[in-house]
Amino acid sequence: MAGQSDPYISLFSAQEVEFLGEDEMVEIVPNMRMDPLNLICGDFGPFRPQIATQVPLWLAVALKKRGKCTIRPPEWMSVDKLTQVLEAERNSLREFQPLPFHYVEIARLLSDHARDDIPDVYMVRSLIEDIRNVRFHKVETGLETIHERTHAVKLKNLSAMEANIVRPFVVRALQAFYKHDSPEMIPQPDTTAIRRRQVADRGPKRDRRY
Amino acid sequence: MVSGSEEESGFPADDYESLIATTDVELLKRAWMNEKAAPEILHFQTREQIQLMEETVEEFGENGTDPLTVSLYQMNLDRTQFLLRSYLQIRLQKIEKYMFHILKTDVWSWLSEQEQKFAKRCTDDMERHLEQSVLSRLPDGYQSILKQSVASEEDDMVPEPRLDTFVFYKSKGSIEAFQLDDSKEVVDLVADDLYILRYNSVNPLIESGQIDLV
Repeated sequence: MAGQSDPYISLFSAQEVEFLGEDEMVEIVPNMRMDPLNLICGDFGPFRPQIATQVPLWLAVALKKRGKCTIRPPEWMSVDKLTQVLEAERNSLREFQPLPFHYVEIARLLSDHARDDIPDVYMVRSLIEDIRNVRFHKVETGLETIHERTHAVKLKNLSAMEANIVRPFVVRALQAFYKHDSPEMIPQPDTTAIRRRQVADRGPKRDRRY
Repeated sequence: MVSGSEEESGFPADDYESLIATTDVELLKRAWMNEKAAPEILHFQTREQIQLMEETVEEFGENGTDPLTVSLYQMNLDRTQFLLRSYLQIRLQKIEKYMFHILKTDVWSWLSEQEQKFAKRCTDDMERHLEQSVLSRLPDGYQSILKQSVASEEDDMVPEPRLDTFVFYKSKGSIEAFQLDDSKEVVDLVADDLYILRYNSVNPLIESGQIDLV
């Protein structure tokens, strides 16, 4: 289609979404002594053995890889909490449960690099997989209900990675609807209208509780 | 403007948060995300910020004595440099794509000096190339770069950025009763929820910093 903007410039790759997720703060327990770090993005430390401190995820993973700390999994990442969330996701057909915006990335990085710091790590991993599947299924069903020109879509509690995955499809779909559903496109036959006539611009706001 | 080398001495938790939120890196990150998600090129984030960023990046290269701290500083450096480079790269890509459009509208003023030089060179080269290879062999009324033929009223050979595409974004604070311009729809935007709207409608809010593209 001539004039269609190049979709590739504006897409975040999965690695870039992970990059953004790596700036989330997590708690670590260092096992060594280190002076404060004066990094460009802020100051962290001082690091003292057995005293918990907050650092960005990328820093935590780097320290963990060098055996300098243990990472405390965030409190939403326990088997109990996650089971609750999974239940709730399954029970509500259209709503998403509140989860941290970068929960996918955080869970992935922690289970890859800090496996021994997470109690029941396999259970946690499989719960998160299930949650992802249920949520994504909801997104897909929700997308099927877009059938007319939509001006605004509200996606409460969707996470970064999920939004990024559906972004290309949703943008093209909404654009196509916008273009083809516009009242100027539909000719206004004066007498025998065989087709159902579109009444002015209905474009409702879809306030679906996604 | 807060730079990372200031002394932190027992700040209460939420002050620290807001301090972090306004560091140069955070601003650069915001600018990067917005630029990535927007279909057109945005205002260039102030010259001084980028320069300061580059300087601090150099400074921090020297810090630290033991290999651990050195490697951590290096990581931080790499991350920040990635943001910087990616930001500039995206802008250049957009300039290349829409170079004629930029030249003839006031988007020109949104570019930095070097970008303007780049854009000028790009357009000159492109013009010359098209001239030599194709346009000079076309019949007289059709030789312009900008117009399809002399009979066209507008510059219809100039690709324009698609401003009515949909974007994902998050609102920073609540905005009541926001008017979508072409329909009579009024939308309430609640803080921190994700929305998808047409870029056209939310453009002014991005400029004023009230919403962030995701």
